[in-house]
Parts: sequence; structure tokens; C-alpha cells
Amino acid sequence: MNALPNDPSLKLVRDMLRVRMIEEAIAREYPKGEMRCPVHLSIGQEAVAVGVGAALERTDPAVSTHRSHAHYLAKGGDLKRFYAELFGKEAGCAKGRGGSMHLIDLDVGFEGSTAIVGNTIPVGVGLALGTQVRGENAVTCIFVGDGALEEGVFFESANFAVVRKLPVLFICENNNYSVYSPIRVRQPTGRKIHEFASSIGLHSQSHDGNDVFSVAETVKAAVDDVRAGKGPAFLEFATYRWLEHCGPYYDDNLGYRPEKDVAEWKARDPIRVAEAKMQNHPGFSSDVMERWRGEIATEIDAALVFARDAAWPDTATGGDYVYA
Amino acid sequence: MLDAPTSPLAFVDAIRDGLDVAMQIDPHMICYGLGVDDPKRIFGTTTGLAEKYGNGRVFDVPTSEAAMTGIAVGAALRGVRSVTVHQRLDFFLLAMDQLINSAAKWHFMFGGQRSVPIVIRLILGRGWGQGPTHSQSLHSWFAHVPGLKVVMPTNAADAKGLLLSSIFDPNPVLFLEHRWLHQAVSEVPQGDYRLPIGQARVVAPGTDITITAMSYLVPEAIRAAEMLAKHGVSCEIIDLRTIRPLDLPAVSASVQKTGRLLALDSGLPICSVASEIVAFASERHFQSLRTAPRRLTMPDHPEATSFALTRDLHPSGESIASTVSDMLALPHRFARDPKAGPHDVPGAWFKGPF
Ligand SMILES: Cc1ncc(C[n+]2csc(CCOP(=O)(O)OP(=O)(O)O)c2C)c(N)n1
Ligand SMILES: [Mg+2]
Repeated sequence: MNALPNDPSLKLVRDMLRVRMIEEAIAREYPKGEMRCPVHLSIGQEAVAVGVGAALERTDPAVSTHRSHAHYLAKGGDLKRFYAELFGKEAGCAKGRGGSMHLIDLDVGFEGSTAIVGNTIPVGVGLALGTQVRGENAVTCIFVGDGALEEGVFFESANFAVVRKLPVLFICENNNYSVYSPIRVRQPTGRKIHEFASSIGLHSQSHDGNDVFSVAETVKAAVDDVRAGKGPAFLEFATYRWLEHCGPYYDDNLGYRPEKDVAEWKARDPIRVAEAKMQNHPGFSSDVMERWRGEIATEIDAALVFARDAAWPDTATGGDYVYA
Repeated sequence: MLDAPTSPLAFVDAIRDGLDVAMQIDPHMICYGLGVDDPKRIFGTTTGLAEKYGNGRVFDVPTSEAAMTGIAVGAALRGVRSVTVHQRLDFFLLAMDQLINSAAKWHFMFGGQRSVPIVIRLILGRGWGQGPTHSQSLHSWFAHVPGLKVVMPTNAADAKGLLLSSIFDPNPVLFLEHRWLHQAVSEVPQGDYRLPIGQARVVAPGTDITITAMSYLVPEAIRAAEMLAKHGVSCEIIDLRTIRPLDLPAVSASVQKTGRLLALDSGLPICSVASEIVAFASERHFQSLRTAPRRLTMPDHPEATSFALTRDLHPSGESIASTVSDMLALPHRFARDPKAGPHDVPGAWFKGPF
């Protein structure tokens, strides 16, 4: 195992690089047809996940969406079991029952991601209610996309969280799209997501989602407030996904989003933004980045070998786990 | 446990008693739903609980069925059991995503790492103009879904025993209470009384025909059996009590004995529990059947509101007895006693409006 940096800034950059490379490896391997499940990659959006992961305690519960690889990994989810899940193997984090859209690692508080838009929102609020009833000191993090806020259950859940003053932190990755549909056809012109959240009674803010340092700082402050009992909070982060909604490829040939937007957001690559900010930071250099790349590639290769070599679930067990 | 002292309780009081016992046993258990601490206390089923356990554990909620169901799932993941309640099953239809995609799936889709011990009480309305959207008996929907358990008790003792088992079951359980059974009184064991989920009960042994029933149709079947007994017909009535898992061995044993089957269903006919039981008996016990098995259910249309349009809508003692008589090639037909009260209430105790 490689020594991970102690310096929190270095760690943020390395963690982003790691998430990026883990997903790039998925994009690279996917066409081989071994990962036989839909995948929603977060390439371009890593700063939010990593900033949140850094601000939460390991024991703080988190739930997420169809696009949850980065959240799982940033929370500390196991890499081998993650890949094995995508390969549909018994050693997967959900024993191959869930695939990419149903990730779980209870050792690090990652309580589950699910594939129905908005589905984990009330589940997260319920986890927070559970911690409140049991007198536990935890902040439950609920990852959502901009599209999920259009589900009625978001309002219902947020409303209840406010009524009962639950320790919940909503993290909204606003990437401007729900599949191919831009937000302007889905929400009224002039609506600001964080104001909408605020009107329900959540402590809300909106920030750049591609600067990992500011994300980490903002989230840390919000987590502290929620932990201190100040009531549920909502952070909107503007970001952008690079690849197609679902799958390993670019799909900008379809012309559904302005080329200019894509170019601008790619120029604001969260990793390059961080690198630029780190130029004069002690312990950071392009050599260090190179070294990290090497270490991470080795880790990824080993995890892919693990996933490939892992055993399939026994076909006869397809009906297991229906009841506890 | 069999020797526990009993006391006569109405169904509603048995529910309240069961909740109270469970909340004493499990100090983290919560109980919520629209109206649990309002002046009417869910028809009296939650009376006194808010006072005894406080607002942290017994509380009213926003009119948000979908979220409140998902919230129960999340709380369960954190080790907090809940009993939630909806004053009509129809209201709970807003929560299908959380029921089917979360509660029923969580244990399966994460490979058995977490279970979802929740109970959702659903009250079935009928009559007094409850109409198309306050009277649906959609238990068959829920019975279709692996991962759920579905309980439909008929009397006060079963209600308490099955409620306590449901609460301490590690899986999501839908607990369907018929509004017309709420005042039914029976001897109820005191204390922590539990009845296994998934066991039917032979209400009355008989030799000529097996009648399977659930919920409010059990008392109707009993009425039918009484009418038929006067004509020398002996009915074996099976109170299913749980419809997922269905106690098919109990159906097998009875059908092999009687050679005839009438499956009652308080809901609609298509893809109903009655359909399932008839299919099962036809597949497994074709050789034992002396006549074609039948179903008796609501007609295949919604319940209208008008007094006139609900006449003969649901299977009744009379229609059950007439069907049995027909299956036995007997001439007897039974009509509602004109002196009996109005058809749209369970008895004089029910004055509406809900
Ligand atoms: C209830 C439901 N409706 C539709 C879908 C199909 N779907 C999958 S992902 C997605 C987009 C959601 O957008 P957003 O919440 O912004 O997340 P993003 O993909 O941008 O990360 C949709 C519509 C679904 N999975 N669930
Ligand atoms: Mg989006």
C-alpha cells in the first residue's frame, strides 16, 4: 500500500485523480462487454464527491443515486468490491445483485445508492430520523442530481427534515441535465435551485462544484452546522458531466448540448483547476502527480484482476436474499 | 404463551394494545402517520400512545405518503423499527416507489446486508359511499411482490398476535385492517402475544367444500356456512390470515379432503389472491377436485359511491351460500333478509362518515 498524503490539500487532489482514473478504466474496459450493466460515469464531476467525502466522518451515513461511483469511492468504499460488482461477481459489494447503480459499503457508512431518481432521498431522511431517535451524533448526506429535485418526494422529504430538524445534508450536483433534457425545459426560467431549497426551509447555498478546495471547505462548514443541530442544509454545486449520460463514450456528436459549454467546462476540469491552485504548494509537483498516477494505475490493475478472476454467483442462488 | 390470560377486546383496542406492548419491548420503535395523535387517534387504535411515549416516538406527520414510507425504510436501516398507518389503503398508493423499489428490494439488491423491518398499517374502507378511491382492497398488488409480507387479520386476537409478529419480523409487512372489522370483539391474550405470519386457520372444519377467505369475508363465509348447515351442507372455512406468504399447505389439506373449492376475495377478480388459490388447486389437486373450483370476488369494476350502486357489490353470506349450493348442484338460493339493516354498513355501530 502506498503512503497517502497527510496534507489535506494533497489528499484532495490525489483522491480526485484516483476517482477519475478508476472511472477512466471503466470507460476503457467497458467495450469488452464484461461489465454488463448500465454505468453512469462522473468524469468531470469528481470535485464534489471528493470534497464531500473529505468533510464527512467515516461513520456518517450517505446515500446516493444512479451516478454514485464517485460518491462511493470518495466515502472510502472498497475498490475491488466495487469493480467486482460491475462485473456481476459474488465478491461484489452487493454480491452482484445490484450492479453499478446499487452500491453499498457499510464499513464506511455508504448505505446504498439506487437507480430510481429521487428514491434515496426519503431513505436518507429516514436514516437521519433513525440517528435522532437513537441519540446518535451523525450527519446523513444525501446526494441528488438537479433532476431529482423535480420529483415530488424531494419536497416531501425536505419538508419533513425541516419540520423535525433532522441532521441531513443534501448535496446537489447540478450538471444542468437530466439525460438529454436541459434544465431550461424542466424548471422555470429564473428558478435558482438553492433558492427553491431555501424556500422549503433548508439552509441553502450555491457554489462552484469544480474547485475541490472550496467544495471541501463549504461542505465542512455545513457539516459542522448540521452536526451542531442547526437543522438540515442544502448545498448546490454547479458542475458538468463530460461523457454520455449512461455509458463509456462521449456523445456530443448528438448535438444536444452547446459545444461552447462542453469546451468551457472541460477547460475547467476539476483536476486541472486544482493543479493550477497547487502550483506553489509544498509537496506538490507534476512529478508527484506522475507518481500518484503510477500508484493508482497499479491499484486499479490489481482490482480489475480481482474482479475478473472473482467467481460468479451460483445461478441457483438467484432467489436468495428476498427475505431476511 | 398459550396460557396467557385473555380479556375481551375490540379489534381497535387489540391493535392499540399490540402497539403498546411492542413499544415497551423495543425502546427505539416509533409509530407515526397522519392522525396518530389527533383527537380521533386512527379510530382509537393509537389512543394514549403519544402521551405514554412522547412526541419523539409517536407523532403526526405531513401528508406525504411517499416520503414517509421511504423515511420508515431509512430509519429501519438505522435500527429503528416503525409502525406507520394510513387511514385508507388508497392514500398509500402514492408511496409505491418506496414500497416496491426500496422496502421490498433493499435486502435482496444489496445481497442481504441490511433488512427493512417496517410495518405499514393500511385500513380498507367499504360502504357508506366510500366510493372509487376510498374502498380499494388492493392486497393482491402487494402479494405480487417478493420481499413483502401481507397480513389480513380477521379478529381482535389475530390482529394483536399478527401485529406483534409483524413488528418483530425483519421484513417489510403490510398489515391490512378492514374498517368493518374494527369493532369485532374477541378474547385477546394479554402481553407479548405473537402469532406466526403465514399460517392460515381452519375456522370451521367441514367435509363438502373448502372456502378460502380473508378479512371481512371470513365473517361472511361463516354466515354462509350457517345458512348451508341448515340444508345439510358442511363447509370448511379457511381464514388465510396472511396472503403473502400464502399458506398453501393448508389449502392443499382441505381441498384434498373436500374435493371442492370456492376462493373468496375482498378485492377485484383479475390476478387476485382467489385466482392464485384456484390456479394452485387446479395445478396441484386436479385429481382431487370433484367440480370446477370457483372464485367469488367483487365485480371487475370500481366501487361507486351511490347507495344503489353498492348493493350486491361484495360477496355476502347469501351470495357465498348460493354459489356453494350451485357448486353442489343443490337448488337452494339465498337472498338478503329484507329486515336486515342497510347493506352499506357493517352494523348499527357504524354511522359513517369514514
Ligand atoms: C423515477 C425515474 N424516472 C426516470 C429515470 C430515468 N433516469 C435515469 S437517470 C435520469 C436523470 C436524472 O437526472 P439528475 O437527477 O440530474 O442526475 P444526473 O444523471 O444528471 O446525474 C433519469 C431521468 C429513473 N431512473 N427514475
Ligand atoms: Mg443532472
